[in-house]
Amino acid sequence: MKFAGIFLIIMAAAIFPGIILRVKSIAGGRKGPGIFQPLKDIRVLLMKGSVFSQTTSFIFQIAPTIALATVVIAILLVPVANQDAVFAFEGDFVFFAYLLALGKFFTIISALDTGSAFEGMGANREALFSMLIEPAFFILLATFAMFTGYTSFSDIMTHFHITDNHYVMIFSILGFYVLIQIAMIENSRVPVDDPKTHLELTMIHEVIILDNSGFDKALIHIGTFLKFSIYGALISSYLVPAGWNIGAQVALFIGIQVFFATIIGYLESFRARNKMVKNSQYILTVSAIAIIAFVIVLILTNKL
Amino acid sequence: MDAPVFIVFLFSSFLLFILPRAVKYNFTLLLISSSTVLTSIWCFEIFNTAEEVLNIRYSIAGLFDFPLLTIDRLSAFFIVVINITVFTGILFAKGYLEPYQNTKRQLSFTIHYFAYLWLYFSMLLVVMLRDGFAFLINWELMSLSSFLLVIFDAEDRSTLKTGINYLIQMHVGFAMLLIAFLITEKATGTMSFDALTQYFSGRPNILLFLLFFIGFGIKAGFIPMHTWLPEAHPAAPSHVSGVMSGVMIKMGIYGLLRVLLSVQSDLLWIGTIILAVSLISGILGVMTAIIQHDLKRLLAYHSIENIGIIGIGIGLGIIGKATGNNGLALLGLSGGLLHVLNHSLFKSLLFYGAGSVYRAAHTRTIDHLGGLIKKMPYTAVFFLIGSLAICGLPPFNGFISEYLIYLGMFKSLSGANLYQIITILFSIIGLTLIGGLAVFCFTKAFGMVFLGQHRSANAQNAVESGKGMLVPQVIIIVLILMIGLGSSLFVKPIFKLITEVFHLKGDIPVTLTSINSLQQISILGGMFILLIVAILIYRRIHLRTKVISYGPTWGCGYTAGSHKQQYTATSYADNFGYLANPVMGNRKVFRNIEANDIFPGKRKFLTHNFDVFKRYMIDNPITVMQELLKKIAIMQTGQIQHYILYAFVFMLIVFILTFFKAI
Repeated sequence: MKFAGIFLIIMAAAIFPGIILRVKSIAGGRKGPGIFQPLKDIRVLLMKGSVFSQTTSFIFQIAPTIALATVVIAILLVPVANQDAVFAFEGDFVFFAYLLALGKFFTIISALDTGSAFEGMGANREALFSMLIEPAFFILLATFAMFTGYTSFSDIMTHFHITDNHYVMIFSILGFYVLIQIAMIENSRVPVDDPKTHLELTMIHEVIILDNSGFDKALIHIGTFLKFSIYGALISSYLVPAGWNIGAQVALFIGIQVFFATIIGYLESFRARNKMVKNSQYILTVSAIAIIAFVIVLILTNKL
Repeated sequence: MDAPVFIVFLFSSFLLFILPRAVKYNFTLLLISSSTVLTSIWCFEIFNTAEEVLNIRYSIAGLFDFPLLTIDRLSAFFIVVINITVFTGILFAKGYLEPYQNTKRQLSFTIHYFAYLWLYFSMLLVVMLRDGFAFLINWELMSLSSFLLVIFDAEDRSTLKTGINYLIQMHVGFAMLLIAFLITEKATGTMSFDALTQYFSGRPNILLFLLFFIGFGIKAGFIPMHTWLPEAHPAAPSHVSGVMSGVMIKMGIYGLLRVLLSVQSDLLWIGTIILAVSLISGILGVMTAIIQHDLKRLLAYHSIENIGIIGIGIGLGIIGKATGNNGLALLGLSGGLLHVLNHSLFKSLLFYGAGSVYRAAHTRTIDHLGGLIKKMPYTAVFFLIGSLAICGLPPFNGFISEYLIYLGMFKSLSGANLYQIITILFSIIGLTLIGGLAVFCFTKAFGMVFLGQHRSANAQNAVESGKGMLVPQVIIIVLILMIGLGSSLFVKPIFKLITEVFHLKGDIPVTLTSINSLQQISILGGMFILLIVAILIYRRIHLRTKVISYGPTWGCGYTAGSHKQQYTATSYADNFGYLANPVMGNRKVFRNIEANDIFPGKRKFLTHNFDVFKRYMIDNPITVMQELLKKIAIMQTGQIQHYILYAFVFMLIVFILTFFKAI
């Protein structure tokens, strides 16, 4: 049963990027590729050979593998459709966050391994922005832990209900906003980063995988897709009450993943990326909103 | 007991001065290993008996009493930490000191080994002595021997100056400890750690505690008492930096814990003070580390950060104890204590790595290094493991201690009152920021030093260091992985230690659940490694059938790129420096291109940074004082008549005052 959750996440990951692409092409008035185009791209990448820079060392070769492994292990900690995750223990979200940070560490050093100025620049931005978003995630989890009294992803999600109490509503909306923002920033999407930029100087995540090719690049893409659906799974477990029956849960899980992908597609069609210097400010605002959610829970639990 | 043997070890260190040069190193190694074995037996005994303390008494024929050595579990833990790092340090020293054999006089070596031995012995004695007087003497011995170790390169005047700066600051700390012990002696009649319990019962605790905190805090390097640390660590030889940063600064933590065992009231305030100072140390320590240009200075600032993490654990633990939240007390203190061990491992590893780099490339400036992974692959991998561990990333040991502290915080949130919640929220944000900034800093350090292309000829000509320097690093890595993957085995005894030493009463439910969580983390860690291996094997098989070609890095169409066009450490830290500049001293010196500069010529660009605390708390007051004293120096004319006049005036004043008093 638990492993069905993993299957759902993988399924969602397979269609997620396709939906974004599709929405973007429809919004842009183009015919656009089909929904499975990203998967076909991965197949193509797997068939291709690889080009490695002479500057690089073995770090460049193992980094994509390690980054993908971190994401795969992270999946085991995520509750899907409010069912307990494969691994659920106290403070598992700390492990989750630090594991993803490990993946990021390797992605960054593999960019530095190429000795390219562009990639150094991207690596530096990636390091800065992911460092700045980290507090928002932990404040949000602290808010949940305080509200529910539990300290693992699975317990928190199953014991958290959105009721019609006004304060819980405000807190839930803020929490939802913060979660979405974290998902967008962690996955390098608009408005912090734009995966479709064409100039190396303005890229963040795209530029640090500029030198990867073939098999490694496929691994990187798979990692990105899975990461999307991990955050989608968190959002759906957050929104859907745990008491509902399993069929509705699963249906809503898929519905929310599709909806999440559609929102990203629309946002990216109509919104421009931030100016690079505004990004830090933007990301810190997310932490500030998380703190507001925290204060609301303080009021809710009669602590303030 | 084996006390006579230990005393023989202590005194045989003097043999170093008469032994022939060929055996000096081996003799030092022999003494250290045999003392390690002996003290480890003591630790083993104390962990395996029901007794709380092991007393070692010895006197020569009833005439001369040696101070009583008392080992409890806390001392035993610190003895283990000391033994590991000092042992790997002396192994590393052989290779590191090799090039000095021809340039240095034999006496410098003798003094160096002697000081190293006595740094070791004094640290052992510091954690075993309870008597205040004997403790202070050993504390002083520790400072003196480490001073001698720091100034090994005393031909370089700046090293000597740094050493003297270190010595002075240590004595400020010593003075605080002396005052604190004298106050206890005045009140209770005895001068020892055991008398503190008597002193603290019924008197206000916080003032005496603050004296101890400053005294021990200078050694530990809490901000703002840290200014000696980033100077002394880079100046010292690398094995000494490793030992100093790995264990010597932890003696400050030991002292702090030892005093905290006796503190009885004001616990909430004391906990909050420790926590606040630690959060500032942690965050500012790592922020300052990011903008450093010198690899060893960067590591030194990271020591401050890690002392901050240890302090966060201890502070939270004390707050937990004060509020009766035993779970927080246990997890906070255990996390802090485990981080003492963890930090001693990865920090000494990183310093040995930095030492190997310095030995090979003759520079510590990060911007002059680069590409070393191809020249020194083993050192690079070891440094990478150290970097991952210090960032607190799983599956390495740093994660375990940070996880325990996080767990304590998250578990306490729902039952706490407003004051505690705010404290805990600040700590969570602080610890997260520290983690993120550490990743930023070590991607920079590792990436710029080992990856890319060489940035100078020095880096180009580097060669891998010998086995002698690599083996001690392997020993440390084995320990790092053992703690990272088998964490529950190590955390269990620490839980037991903390519960007993801090007298945490009652059944603490977190003990079992957190051990269970740690076991799950171990399983996940194992799966993670297996998964990586599996994908890598598949990748290798997959790539065998594909065309692999090699070419230059993508240069955006520009094909004549050179190593000078790489991103540098300074530019990597630049966007962070821009954010953090309000609290840090990072300055750029350059001339803007004017509108009429049609053909810009050669120009200069300089960045430099200063420690804000050092400048405003130490350098500036000293400058002001010097100015003031210069004005008073007008009196110092050098003419004997004037001095006689001063003496005459003085006597006159004394006479007049006596006269008035008589009336």
